[in-house]
Amino acid sequence: MNTKTCFHCGLDANQSVIIFDEKSFCCNGCKTVYEIFSVNNLTCYYDLQNTPGTTPKDIEGKYNFLENIKIVDQLLEFNDGDTQIITLYIPHIHCSSCIWILENLNKLNPAISSSTVNFGKKNVRVSYNSLTLSLKNLVALLSSIGYEPFISLDDYSVGKKNIDRSLIYKLGVAGFAFGNVMFLSFPEYFEVGEFWLEQFKPLFRWLMFIFSLPVVFYSAQDYFISAYKGLRSKILNIDVPIALGTSVLFVRSTTEIIFDIGSGFFDSLTGLIFFLLLGKFFQQKTYSFLSFERDYKSYFPIGITKINEGKETSIQVYDIAKGDRLLIRNEELIPVDCILINGKARIDYSFVTGESKTVSKQSGDKLFAGGKQLEGSIEVDVLKTVEQSYLTQLWSNDVFKKDKELAFTNITNRVSKRFTLAILLIAFVATTFWLITDSSKALNVFTSVLIIACPCAIALSAPFTFGNIIRILGKKKLYLKNASVIEKLAKINTIIFDKTGTITANKKTTINYEGSKLSLNEESLLKSTLRGSNHPLSRSLYNLLDENNIVCLDYFVEHLGQGIEANYQNQSLKIGSATFVGYATDTATLNTSVHVSTNNQYKGKFTFYNKYRKGLSKLFNRLKRDYDLVILSGDNAGEEANLKRILPTKTKLLFNQKPEDKLEYIKFHQSEGAHVLMIGDGLNDAGALAQSNVGIAISENVNVFSPACDAILDASKFNQLYDYIKISKNAIKIIKWSFLLSFIYNIIGLYFAVTGQLEPVVAAILMPLSSISIVAFTTITTNLLGRKLG
Amino acid sequence: MSVIYILLAISIVVAVGFFIAFIMAVKNGQYDDSYTPSVRMLFEDELVKDKTDKTIQTKKNKN
Repeated sequence: MNTKTCFHCGLDANQSVIIFDEKSFCCNGCKTVYEIFSVNNLTCYYDLQNTPGTTPKDIEGKYNFLENIKIVDQLLEFNDGDTQIITLYIPHIHCSSCIWILENLNKLNPAISSSTVNFGKKNVRVSYNSLTLSLKNLVALLSSIGYEPFISLDDYSVGKKNIDRSLIYKLGVAGFAFGNVMFLSFPEYFEVGEFWLEQFKPLFRWLMFIFSLPVVFYSAQDYFISAYKGLRSKILNIDVPIALGTSVLFVRSTTEIIFDIGSGFFDSLTGLIFFLLLGKFFQQKTYSFLSFERDYKSYFPIGITKINEGKETSIQVYDIAKGDRLLIRNEELIPVDCILINGKARIDYSFVTGESKTVSKQSGDKLFAGGKQLEGSIEVDVLKTVEQSYLTQLWSNDVFKKDKELAFTNITNRVSKRFTLAILLIAFVATTFWLITDSSKALNVFTSVLIIACPCAIALSAPFTFGNIIRILGKKKLYLKNASVIEKLAKINTIIFDKTGTITANKKTTINYEGSKLSLNEESLLKSTLRGSNHPLSRSLYNLLDENNIVCLDYFVEHLGQGIEANYQNQSLKIGSATFVGYATDTATLNTSVHVSTNNQYKGKFTFYNKYRKGLSKLFNRLKRDYDLVILSGDNAGEEANLKRILPTKTKLLFNQKPEDKLEYIKFHQSEGAHVLMIGDGLNDAGALAQSNVGIAISENVNVFSPACDAILDASKFNQLYDYIKISKNAIKIIKWSFLLSFIYNIIGLYFAVTGQLEPVVAAILMPLSSISIVAFTTITTNLLGRKLG
Repeated sequence: MSVIYILLAISIVVAVGFFIAFIMAVKNGQYDDSYTPSVRMLFEDELVKDKTDKTIQTKKNKN
């Protein structure tokens, strides 16, 4: 028998008997989507990619908050009477079929006038007629075809974002002026002295002057501002010599053409700014599908259902007051700390702790914000507002207000301090010398030194090296927030790991059985019993057991929070907690285990262990030579013995660490001079990630959310971490070499300048030559590095 | 040789024209998303597909 897969989503469809249009489907949801597409003549969705869809989820009541006009108003981008425009974030967008179907939404519902997908950002911008289609129905339509939008509290507070395109404009202006000035200065390079050229000289020169104006006053303005700021805080950053060189270039060139002394250096001036901006642009590699700034707001819902005297109303999360009665539906996130009143809660705290196992709660228990309800609806009473809840309080810590960048002097600026002082010294010494020997040349020499010393090549080394390294690492699935992360990574001496979700794989567990062996019949009964249960432990145990005959049980009862009881042909089986199966002698072990008894006779227990990521112990052994290694876990110490066995002996293990403890631990070690790399995953690590020098978030799927951090690492590449740190160290070496190279160019240039022979043509050759050779050098060496990484 | 004034004027006008085109392109967001349009372009023919199209079935059956 060939295995059937769902035509829509590709899941196994053997169990189901849903056949429609001669195609098999795994569930009715997928069939409905197919029906919608085929009725609306959109089936070539399936031509573009096999099984492109995702299983549509049940969403009844989930989007009721979109009936609240106040919330809707905040979300809409444009709202004018009957036309509304909204941009929705759809995490599921993953292939070309997605683009196609989302851009043909108008065929599914005529009220939608147009929809545009941005694949990189995974969002769709929909304009629709609000008289015939409400936002809630639009969202429901998207969800029903498998493209459920993600609407979080983040969308609420941000409103409209302005995209900063000023760098592109500045680069465009500089490039435009550079090209034109180059053309206009060509005749002067050769000094042909031909009659007509002499005639047009002034015109050409003034045209060059006009072209250079926007470059100096618009394109280069960031350098002047940065130099001014640097000087005010008494730092000689790299922008000081750049700004100095630019202004001297401009003033000297202008005076030259006014008094008809020479043609000026407008070509070098515009070229310099153009190359510098090009470097800046290159370094600005951004991953539009990732966000490095997420806090709890990106996870939390916007609206929540409030129960007021038996009536359900949707309110904003910020409007929740202490004492309110809220209704949390299946799969909804709990936004505030509260007490469970009604219903059975099974909470998934994986957002908060990274721990994937769910917790069952009884009426009267306290629930914390950030948990996700997994089983039916519950009613809760609010204890604290959103900002005061246990989890969200973490964000009021000072560490989230500090800007990590400000406290960091990068390698270029460290060099530039000495460089600037040296240049000024040379300029003054040379000027004094010429004042004594030939005072007519003194001013010429002074300005020449400042012009030629303009550290174009130095300023370009770091951007091109880092820009390239960011791209190489991006291909290797380590996504960096910006270039300075590489420098910080190279300085690390302590590495701190979170346990759950970071060094353990989230979804994989290994299960061990201890006790007397089960007979074949018993095993078959066990498997049949587990089949009927939806508890996550049952599911993972079910998947692990060998294939057996599935029997139809005579009796099956699931006791919530305790276990399952089943009966088949005089054979009874109990599976669940130790007390439930009647095994009292179990000492409270720290590991999760499930006990089994048949016919009231205790058999044994299945113990669930975390599965550690592949190559963990090898990675630690490579890292231990150069770094202090620490594991900070929010969990109990159940895994301590196991960890001690696989990890190098000097690894520090700390358990039961609260989010604030992790933050304080890092702060303490930083005060003792440690440069900390924190590797974590959950929101509970958010404080530690922010406090550390470099925070890397591990993610099983980079498209889902990870907390604010400096870099996001794909979990599959976890064992490569050592190589990634090494590559950043090598990048610093490359930059140092290219500094050396640019110093050589500067010395050659200074020779011309100090001896008073600097002609515009020399500057015009030397400047692009040094810049281009630096770019070539850094590009080639970084690519060689990347190749070694394999 | 005074024709050079006209030539200069023309060359600068052309250059400025391209420059304005570039600025407009940036302003309209052409550089914001460089992937989606490349895919969208390939779909334009698909829009006028016939209702009684069974190509998917044949394609699927072959597998």
